[in-house]
Amino acid sequence: MSFAWAKQYEPKTPFTKWMDEKLPLPRLVYSAIGAGYPVPRNLNYMWNFGVLAGFFLVLQIVTGVVLAMHYAANTEVAFAQTEHIMRNVNYGWLMRYAHANGASFFFIVIYLHIFRGFYYSSYKAPREMIWLLGVVIFLLMMATAFMGYVLPWGQMSFWGAKVITSLFGAIPLVGEPLQTWLVGGFAPGNSALNRFFSLHFLLPFVIAGVVILHIWALHIPGSSNPTGVEVKKESDTIPFHPYYTAKDGFGLGVFLILFAIMLFFLPNTLGHPDNYLEANPLSTPAHIVPEWYFYPFYAILRAFTGDLALFGVTIIPAKLLGVIAMFASILVWFFLPWLDKSPVRSGHYRPLFKKFFWFGLIPCMLALFYLGGAKPEEPFISLSQIATAYYFLHFLVILPIVSQIEIPKPLPFSITEAVLGKDDDGAAQPAE
Amino acid sequence: MASTVDGTAEGTEDGVRRRDWIHIAALSTAGVGGASVIIPLVSQMAPTADTLAASTTDVDVSAIEPGQSIKAVFRDQPLFVSRLTEESIAEAQADDGVQMRDPETLAERLGEGNADLLIQIGVCTHLGCVPLGAIEGEDKGEYDGYFCPCHGSHYDVAGRIRKGPAPLNLVIPEFEFANESVVRVG
Repeated sequence: MSFAWAKQYEPKTPFTKWMDEKLPLPRLVYSAIGAGYPVPRNLNYMWNFGVLAGFFLVLQIVTGVVLAMHYAANTEVAFAQTEHIMRNVNYGWLMRYAHANGASFFFIVIYLHIFRGFYYSSYKAPREMIWLLGVVIFLLMMATAFMGYVLPWGQMSFWGAKVITSLFGAIPLVGEPLQTWLVGGFAPGNSALNRFFSLHFLLPFVIAGVVILHIWALHIPGSSNPTGVEVKKESDTIPFHPYYTAKDGFGLGVFLILFAIMLFFLPNTLGHPDNYLEANPLSTPAHIVPEWYFYPFYAILRAFTGDLALFGVTIIPAKLLGVIAMFASILVWFFLPWLDKSPVRSGHYRPLFKKFFWFGLIPCMLALFYLGGAKPEEPFISLSQIATAYYFLHFLVILPIVSQIEIPKPLPFSITEAVLGKDDDGAAQPAE
Repeated sequence: MASTVDGTAEGTEDGVRRRDWIHIAALSTAGVGGASVIIPLVSQMAPTADTLAASTTDVDVSAIEPGQSIKAVFRDQPLFVSRLTEESIAEAQADDGVQMRDPETLAERLGEGNADLLIQIGVCTHLGCVPLGAIEGEDKGEYDGYFCPCHGSHYDVAGRIRKGPAPLNLVIPEFEFANESVVRVG
């Protein structure tokens, strides 16, 4: 693990020496996120979001455990119990608003983390495993967030549960029995609420476990960096502590200010008023949408309004098409390390890729974010279809072709040269 | 056991060790035991006995005038019971021959011996929302029937899917007339 010049942990007091012999946990921490982990010296603020994501995971677990102490997973009382937390429990409002807005901030941070990966091709060898584990974490987060949103048993909770579990009904043959099995009834009720509560409590700890694997896999090649040039020698790196603990600490401060603004002044802005109505299985709210962080995938789901037919025979019905596309839109990320064939990592040095990133993928994602929250009517349906088509085109066609035909800009010899403008080692060697 | 007659290594015979048997037996037993634990773990997720017990619903339809609908509850889901007007029947029958995603005539949907009482589960066949249109004043969609606000499926006056992502017509549950005025659904 890590580079040859990484500093080793040296216990100084008798206690730490004793501890190091019995359970070298301080040594592990020192080498993982301390002064013993050498990190490229040129990381910019886009490299803050891993630590920020870790912070919000801890925040969610802490506030979540507290909320679970006051909540009751029963359809008779869940809605009232949520209001009980808001009105009667000491600081209950703070815990619940921090948990709800914390989920949104967790997703903001994760989306920035993922798009950092897209731009700097962080998914490329030798870091494929880090990327794959990251996609797994994202899928687990989506499942956890969805189940958490059901717990207050408001209108959006209920209808979100209904719609999402109905997705599984689209699967041929086994769909309907599978859906009944998942919710434990013909429609979401007590069985569904209880199992969602149980899983909502469990999954964050599964996420924490996969996060440990994610960081473990990261420490084998070490962090990537904005040039995409691998670390060659000690002058390319600085120790994680104190340099990046300080930089991440600053970024965390900035994010906590934004978080506090949302939490204390706009706590319901990212939510939906309909969720303050108790669940009513007989009436669907006029405009049901998921939480904002699911909008792009919801837009893709809704974009399929016609069957895939050949000579008038339906091959795949529209409903199944939408479900397949929605899952595929995330599963395609698993294949990124092999779809992008360019040997150059960083978008800085990839002129054509960079154009498609800023003028293709980013506007497409922003459009999907908007369209997922829009009403299912024209022109939004057609726009969703265009954006969905571009989304898949980007990953499956544009990215592989661009990565083969573009001529990248010359890379710096080393990270040291990129930072200082010169590298004596590089000057001594003939250009490659 | 001592070496075998042909002098192969101790305890083996044609490369098969006596201990292989106990390995296979132990792992098979553990495997079957482990697999059988999955049955209760999976099955506990299925609907409970009391959920399955509430499987029929009686609906009094005597008070429904032509053009009116009521919402009842059947297996935790909304049930639309509507008495069609003559105009609606004519409109639905006129469309019987039109190409549809899930072709059905109005007569097939009403069932034998039932002239005008349309009984449907009020759940969009796309992703399970309750379509609008059963209650006076709600959006009836482009085909003057039902409109699902979630993903924009349009059903006609007979509950047949005409536009949007839903794959099937609104589901007609099994039902029978218990007497003149009561329908037993389920």
